[in-house]
Amino acid sequence: MGKRVNMDIKKTSLYQLHQASKAKFVEFAGYQMPIQYSEGIVEEHRYTRNHSGIFDVSHMGQLFIYGQEDLVNDLERIFPLDLKNLKLNHSKYSFLMSDNAGIYDDLIITKIKDGFLIILNAACKENDYKILKELLNDKYKMILDEERSLIAIQGPKSVEILKSVIQGVENLNFMSGNWFILDDYNIYVTRSGYTGEDGFEVSLTNEFADRFTRRLIDKGAKLIGLGARDTLRLEAGLCLYGHELSKDKTPVEANLKWAISKERILKGNFIGSDIITKQLTNGVSKIRVGIKPEGKIIAREKTKIYNESDLEIGEITSGTFGPSVNGPVAMGYVENEFSKKNTKIFLEVRGKKHPATICSLPFYKKSYVKGVN
Amino acid sequence: MSEVKFSKEHEWIKLEGDIATIGITKHATEMLGDIVFAELPEKGSNVEKDGTAGVVESTKAASDVYTPVSGEVVDLNQSIVDDPSKINQDPENSAWFFKLKIKDKSEMDTLMNKDEYDKFAKESSA
Repeated sequence: MGKRVNMDIKKTSLYQLHQASKAKFVEFAGYQMPIQYSEGIVEEHRYTRNHSGIFDVSHMGQLFIYGQEDLVNDLERIFPLDLKNLKLNHSKYSFLMSDNAGIYDDLIITKIKDGFLIILNAACKENDYKILKELLNDKYKMILDEERSLIAIQGPKSVEILKSVIQGVENLNFMSGNWFILDDYNIYVTRSGYTGEDGFEVSLTNEFADRFTRRLIDKGAKLIGLGARDTLRLEAGLCLYGHELSKDKTPVEANLKWAISKERILKGNFIGSDIITKQLTNGVSKIRVGIKPEGKIIAREKTKIYNESDLEIGEITSGTFGPSVNGPVAMGYVENEFSKKNTKIFLEVRGKKHPATICSLPFYKKSYVKGVN
Repeated sequence: MSEVKFSKEHEWIKLEGDIATIGITKHATEMLGDIVFAELPEKGSNVEKDGTAGVVESTKAASDVYTPVSGEVVDLNQSIVDDPSKINQDPENSAWFFKLKIKDKSEMDTLMNKDEYDKFAKESSA
C-alpha cells in the first residue's frame, strides 16, 4: 500500500517545519510544497490579510549575475527596463521574452552591489538560466543559488514582526531592499511580495532558514500554503506564470505595459521590442482583464467566455473564490473590443452560461508602503 | 428506525420510510478543504443512482456530488447554498444536501455500513 513516491522530488529547507505544522503537500515545479496547513486555505488567506503570513518560496530561482557597466548594457538588450538609472538596492518587475515578445518568465530584478539579483519562477528557472547564459555569451559570473532559501512575510503586521527580528527593515520602501546581518548570516531583504499586502521577501542561507522562520512564528506570524498564495494573488490582480502568462502572450496582451520603461520603448533595441512597439501603436486583438461573475458561480481556468450575442470572445486563465472579496473572482483574455470595464459577458460553466462583468483590477485594494523616508 | 449508509463517492444517505436524506461525509470535506460553492439538483427532478446530483467547490477545484440511489428530489437544503462553509462545519447532520423519494429500496443494499465505510475511507486516503 501507499502512494508511489517520486524520488527526484526536491524539498526546501523548511520541509521538516512544514511537516511539523501538518502541511498537506503537493508537487509543484519539481518541489514538494505545502498547499495548505491544518487551518485551511480560507483561514490562511484571512490571516495574511489581517495579520501576517509566512510563505516558503524557496523553490523560486535566485539568480545572481555579477558585472559592472558592460552587464548593465547587455541586460538592457534583454529586459525592457531603464537599468542604467536603477538605483542600488532598487527592484523592478520585468519579463524574459522571445524575439516575438512571448513571455518566457516574469521576474523581479534588483540592482545589488557588483551586479543584479533576479528572482525567477520555479518552473522556469533552469530554462531562464540557459537562455540568459547564452544571450550574455557566458561573459559574466552567474549563480542560480540553490544554497539560499527565500521566505516571504506578508500582511499588515509583517513590518512589526520582521523588525523585531531584523532591525532596520521598517525603513525599506516598496520595491527596494538591503543587506542585513543576523546571527552572523548575511540576509538580503526586499520590501515586496505577491499578495497585494505590505510585506517582505527574505533571502538567506539554507542552514538558517528553519531557525529564522520559527522566530517569525514565535512573534505571531503563521505559515501559509500555496493555496492561499493563489487566492491572495488573484484578488490582488497579479499574474501567475503558466496561467495568465506564457510563451504565447506578450506583456502588452497581458496588460502589463506599465512594467515596460517608456524611455526604452522610444529607443527600442531590446529582445521583442519590434513586436512591443507595434502592439503599443496598433493595439492588440486580445487582452487580459478582470472578471467578476454574478452570484456565486466559480469559473475556472479554460472556461469559455461569450459576448451578449453568444459569440465566443475569450477564455478564463485563473478563477476561484476570493475570501476577502467574499465571492468569485477571475482573470482571463477577451477580444479587445469587449475589454472595457462593465462590459456584460457570459461564462460557460458545466454547460450553462452565467452572466459576469469585465471589471478593473485589483479585486482587493493593495496597501504598499511607498514613503517611509 | 433510520438506517445510514455510505457510498464509495463519499456520500452518506439516511433512509426514513421512503424518504432518503443525502449529504457528503466528513472524510470528503476533509479531502476537499474549505467548501466555497454548492449547487443542488432541481426540486422535482428525477436522479438516477450514481448520477450527478450537485457540485461542491473548494478554492482549488470543483467536484461532482453523486446520488447513491435513484429517486425524485423532494427537498433541498438552501442554507448550504447560501453559506457553503456550513458543509465543513457539520457535514453529516445539518448540512445535508437534498432529500429523495426513493424508487427502489434494494439499492440501499449495494452501499456500505459505517464500519465498512470508515475502513474504505482510511484505505482510499492512505
